[in-house]
Amino acid sequence: MAIQILMPALSPTMEEGTLAKWLVKEGDAVKSGDILAEIETDKATMEFEAVDEGTIGKLLVAEGTQGVAVNAPIAVLLAEGETADDAEAAAAPRADEPAQQGAGENSKDEAGETPERAPAAAKSAVDAVSTPEPDESPDWPEDTELRQMTVREALREAMAEEMERDERVFLMGEEVGEYQGAYKISQGLLDRFGPKRVVDTPITEHGFAGLGVGAAFGGLRPIVEFMTFNFAMQAMDHIINSAAKTLYMSGGQMGCPMVFRGPNGAAARVAAQHSQDYAAWFAHVPGLKVVQPYSAADAKGLLKTAIRDPNPVIFLENEILYGRTFDVPALDDFTIPFGKAKIARKGGDVTIVSFGIGMSHALEAAEKLAADGIEAEVIDLRTLRPLDYGTVLKSVQKTNRCITVEEGFPVASIGNHISAWLMENAFDWLDAPVINCTGKDVPMPYAANLERLALITSDEVVEAVRKVTYR
Amino acid sequence: MARKPAADTTEASSSAASPNIPRDELLKLYRDMLLIRRFEEKAGQLYGMGLIGGFCHLYIGQEAVVVGLEAAAKEGDKRITSYRDHGHMLASGMEARGVMAELTGRIDGYSKGKGGSMHMFSREKHFYGGHGIVGAQVPIGAGLAFADKYLGNDNVTFTYFGDGAANQGQIYETYNMAQLWQLPVVFVIENNGYAMGTSIKRSTKSTTFYGRGEAFGIPGEQVDGMDVLAVKAAGEKAVAHCRAGKGPYILEMMTYRYRGHSMSDPAKYRTREEVQKMRDEKDAIEHVRQLLVSGGHASDDDLKSIDKEIKDIVNDSADFARESSEPPLEELWTDIYADEDVNA
Repeated sequence: MAIQILMPALSPTMEEGTLAKWLVKEGDAVKSGDILAEIETDKATMEFEAVDEGTIGKLLVAEGTQGVAVNAPIAVLLAEGETADDAEAAAAPRADEPAQQGAGENSKDEAGETPERAPAAAKSAVDAVSTPEPDESPDWPEDTELRQMTVREALREAMAEEMERDERVFLMGEEVGEYQGAYKISQGLLDRFGPKRVVDTPITEHGFAGLGVGAAFGGLRPIVEFMTFNFAMQAMDHIINSAAKTLYMSGGQMGCPMVFRGPNGAAARVAAQHSQDYAAWFAHVPGLKVVQPYSAADAKGLLKTAIRDPNPVIFLENEILYGRTFDVPALDDFTIPFGKAKIARKGGDVTIVSFGIGMSHALEAAEKLAADGIEAEVIDLRTLRPLDYGTVLKSVQKTNRCITVEEGFPVASIGNHISAWLMENAFDWLDAPVINCTGKDVPMPYAANLERLALITSDEVVEAVRKVTYR
Repeated sequence: MARKPAADTTEASSSAASPNIPRDELLKLYRDMLLIRRFEEKAGQLYGMGLIGGFCHLYIGQEAVVVGLEAAAKEGDKRITSYRDHGHMLASGMEARGVMAELTGRIDGYSKGKGGSMHMFSREKHFYGGHGIVGAQVPIGAGLAFADKYLGNDNVTFTYFGDGAANQGQIYETYNMAQLWQLPVVFVIENNGYAMGTSIKRSTKSTTFYGRGEAFGIPGEQVDGMDVLAVKAAGEKAVAHCRAGKGPYILEMMTYRYRGHSMSDPAKYRTREEVQKMRDEKDAIEHVRQLLVSGGHASDDDLKSIDKEIKDIVNDSADFARESSEPPLEELWTDIYADEDVNA
């Protein structure tokens, strides 16, 4: 049967083009790969090759013709034994196959003309955020025995317990083994689990982050430690493009169950390249889960949950918090679910939302405010993705005022997101604008006095609360 | 340690044309390569009709590389590549229908229409993508090999990348770790001479890619990638090295792509004559066709019947890909997070 040769789309955006030149004439035999014509697209002049074998029966569009629509027939190709009559027949428009595209084939060229379907299942930006009733259950039963433990010890215990529990879990990173951890988080793990499961890497963040992703695809449960998250910038492509997006791109076939963890945010006097809070960066990306604990109990319970999660989890620790001591429940298998904020302090006058080391400023501020008779409710988000909107909303509906506290930069911060969300979802409940307390909009300076100025302080939190409470 | 083959790869290859290759094996190689060629031609056609959108990188000309290496693989071996991936998927045994339906963005595609040309996967066929960032698949491939070694099996991972990717820094981070940890990974450099539109001469000071493992102690060799039998032989050697626990191996496949970098490549960086010369003198499919005929393994009728069989598979995949529905709108919101371990 004679075949219509159609005007091709030769770029993702081409809708029509110029048939600049024919390189074949009627009667020529062509085979796959032969150049038929030169076509000018919106980007360039391109050669157009034959796909099928045959003889050119008829050229339907003269060379030099401009504005030839994509998919318009431009020539007829005859198969063996066919004649010019077949060409005539093929050249005539066929009712059953207009431009080779049946209705319902929503190609890019006809997307604009596609009739509206049933109402889109797509959720609006607001609907996409669910606000279930907050889970107010305590993290552990009231009569549980408590142990004093540093955040460092809690993280170590979490990893050790999960490595005992699941053979597929292993730790890799710089100095995690023989050096016993740059910050001693992995101290003792090499002796306990051996070099197969506690893997010292070369200083190769891009490479070992990608290798970790491959190990996760291949059936393991990697914990990739970054000596600090500043160095994860070298690995950003693998975290975002390889780890976060593959489940979606594979239609749900290929998961990436792994944890990227390490200290994040400012330490002390280490200057700009070693002092940045990346919470907002990672929280921006669908496909990642993002955790930033404050207390030792949260560090332990959330890290265990992270290691078990079938998705890539960014676990943001803090060097200054590593040495702080908190109560941790003495339970055999203590975990905390993602997406469950904690009300760290109850109060009715203002809601302070924070996470990570921001919590120490928030709690300190709440103490100072209480001395002046202002009772702040302090919410520790604990996980930034998923984020517990319900707990924030319920608190704001009670206090009608909200401020956020974080160490990161002010532009496009977590606080910005919460402010915007509250404006959309709790506008009528607010008696004052939401104020975001953040680090200053400058690279971290080295000088002690300037560094103090760049960081968020509890006094700034107090000041913000006074503004929104008009007291 | 790195070895350049005796034959200059720019000469027409007949080096591995042994009369002792079994008929069935030759026929399978021929059929597998032809399937890729015809599939890609059809994909190009559907792209021209607007049924395939975005980026579409065709494998035409390079078929011998994946087909030869697949002939050296065993069940359980893994493969991973970049965005010029249709040939790798077909060669690994993935269905033409599912691949074509992904190209048209339909629900019956391997990624439910959510990945497209550059992002397809099949756990069943051990195909790990389909990656769009040049070079990123290389450490991931080493990670797959890391997992196999950790789990104690003897699988090997074929990690494919191009001459363009070979200049990415992460390749060398990966070489270092792969050799340090003796990972069973075959690094396959598909050297088609052009990184998009930049010829090797213009992008690369030292063009012996197979020798770049030397600094890490990784053996490598250059192979005529237009000769499927030479590819298979090199693949068997590399795989044996990996399975013996000797660590990674580098194969630089000298190959050529007939089509542009992607569908929207005006190809002004090389001459039409250069392309034609490769097609006329080095075509991998034609090479095996001649072996089949000259060895008395197949008649013209036999070959015609294979052609028809392939054409039917490809046309069927195209029909399937046009008839399959677009993904339901709910699919926008699925597969962002897994509820359970899908890799188990």
